[in-house]
Amino acid sequence: MVAPTVKLAVRDLRIAYGEEEAVSGISLDVHANEIFGIIGPAGSGKTSFLRALNRMEMFNDDMHVSGEIVFGGRDISDIRNVYALRQKIGVVFPLPVGLPMSVYDNVALSPRLRGVKNKAALDEIVERCLTRAALWDEVKDRLKALGSLLSGGQQQRLTIARALSQDPELLLLDEFSIAVDPVTTMRIEDVLRELKEEVTIILVTNLVQQARRLADRTAFFLSGELVEVAETEVLFTGEVKDQRTRDYVEGRFG
Amino acid sequence: MPADVGQPPTKTAMDLDVRGQDWYVDKLVSVLVFVGGISAVVLILGIFVFITKEGVGFVFGPMEVWEFFTSPFWRPTSRTEATYGILALMVGTASVTGLAMLIAVPFSLGAAVFIGEFATGRTRETLKVLVELLAAIPSVVWGFIGLAIMNPLIIETFDVPIGLGILNSGIILGLMAAPIMTTIAEDALKAVPDGYREAAEAMGATKWQVISKVVFPAAKNGLMAAVLLGVGRGFGETMAVLMASGHSINLPTSVFDSVRALTATIAAELGEAPVGSDHYRALFTIGIFLFLITFVINLMADIVIRGGGRKR
Repeated sequence: MVAPTVKLAVRDLRIAYGEEEAVSGISLDVHANEIFGIIGPAGSGKTSFLRALNRMEMFNDDMHVSGEIVFGGRDISDIRNVYALRQKIGVVFPLPVGLPMSVYDNVALSPRLRGVKNKAALDEIVERCLTRAALWDEVKDRLKALGSLLSGGQQQRLTIARALSQDPELLLLDEFSIAVDPVTTMRIEDVLRELKEEVTIILVTNLVQQARRLADRTAFFLSGELVEVAETEVLFTGEVKDQRTRDYVEGRFG
Repeated sequence: MPADVGQPPTKTAMDLDVRGQDWYVDKLVSVLVFVGGISAVVLILGIFVFITKEGVGFVFGPMEVWEFFTSPFWRPTSRTEATYGILALMVGTASVTGLAMLIAVPFSLGAAVFIGEFATGRTRETLKVLVELLAAIPSVVWGFIGLAIMNPLIIETFDVPIGLGILNSGIILGLMAAPIMTTIAEDALKAVPDGYREAAEAMGATKWQVISKVVFPAAKNGLMAAVLLGVGRGFGETMAVLMASGHSINLPTSVFDSVRALTATIAAELGEAPVGSDHYRALFTIGIFLFLITFVINLMADIVIRGGGRKR
């Protein structure tokens, strides 16, 4: 068997907010074109982990990150253009963020920032991204409407469409389905399964069943530590190395 | 490259070192913004250095610091024995500002609550525009109102010999400070998320309960800042107080007494004091004192705004 390509390698990652350590030395590999699930109870460091991947500690003076994050073979702490890095890594936050501009402009923002001006090219990107995010049919007649006026679930799909419009290599999803109804969640999950042909996806979720449905491999975080990481089916049905993992996926604590 | 990853960097990963035009524009803008921010600091420091330089010779020279703050006798132009005591001036400023705040705080908070929480649609928009218009009235016009309208009104109503004093200038200053305080207080109320109001209203809380138990606590810092900025405005106001206070040196015993304010003293006398004289430098010392008071008030407003923000 050929060794899988490592898209993202994390080595001894530690994240602290002031004195308080949120992530205490996590090491793992994420393979190219897989959906990598991260599960764990509140406060286990899942979100901090995601934020560090996009160098978001720059927004928060209190947040200190140490260790290595290697993206595509490069340590992201010594790249020269952090904006180029962020453009390659799409992020979807738990609560939808419809920017205060039209639906069309929301999705066209990132291509425009990259310098795409051609109307036809923009139209094509907008339609493709909205379709993939399972939103096109609902908004195609009101692309000029304000994005922030859509319903919560629609805004979340708009947020996903916007992340896709960046043409990312790595997509970080932080509890994307909190504000989305179950039917739409299923549709987005189908989309994610198709997307992994092109991008690598890291899925942080509180719904262990969602990780089971979607993820190829899953990591279990607890109190800032990586308890274990394994093929998803192994984690849920096979021999887990740690009893705490079994307890959590079976809903006995968390 | 970390050894244990064992894969060479991909093409896109190498591209992350490319700094395009956007990157340089970003750096240029950060430098420009930094220069803009620093220039404000430099200007303020410059002003402080200037007034300190003019006044400092007096502070460490002929002035008795204790006497300066505790003597009620401000006789800078006396031929026999000039004295420089600002107690009466401080009491003047403090009493006028105090009365102004007694008037302005309830008015402006009430107006802010009405505009922000009760008024809707046209009423609300009209009121906001009117309040902003009020804030734009020049202070000399307020002083004129104090002299020409309030003065005879006070004489007639209270049967006193003169209507220029604490009462007159306090009312004028209160009316002057109220619009700006209203605007800031309303901004603070507007910053409270509607979700808070809806959550409280959904429990069956009355409008007033929502405002007093939920909106006020949430907007507390902004409201405090509005009041403190009003106080700062009161200390700093010159022209209206000069015109409405009577401008006579006095330790007041009633609200009808004439007083003189620190600011008004500088405005009225600096033009006539010979440059470099004790009088001139004493006026600059008052300037330093006012600068420090305003600085402390603004600092308090700032701490109030941030202090609460941290805890939440």
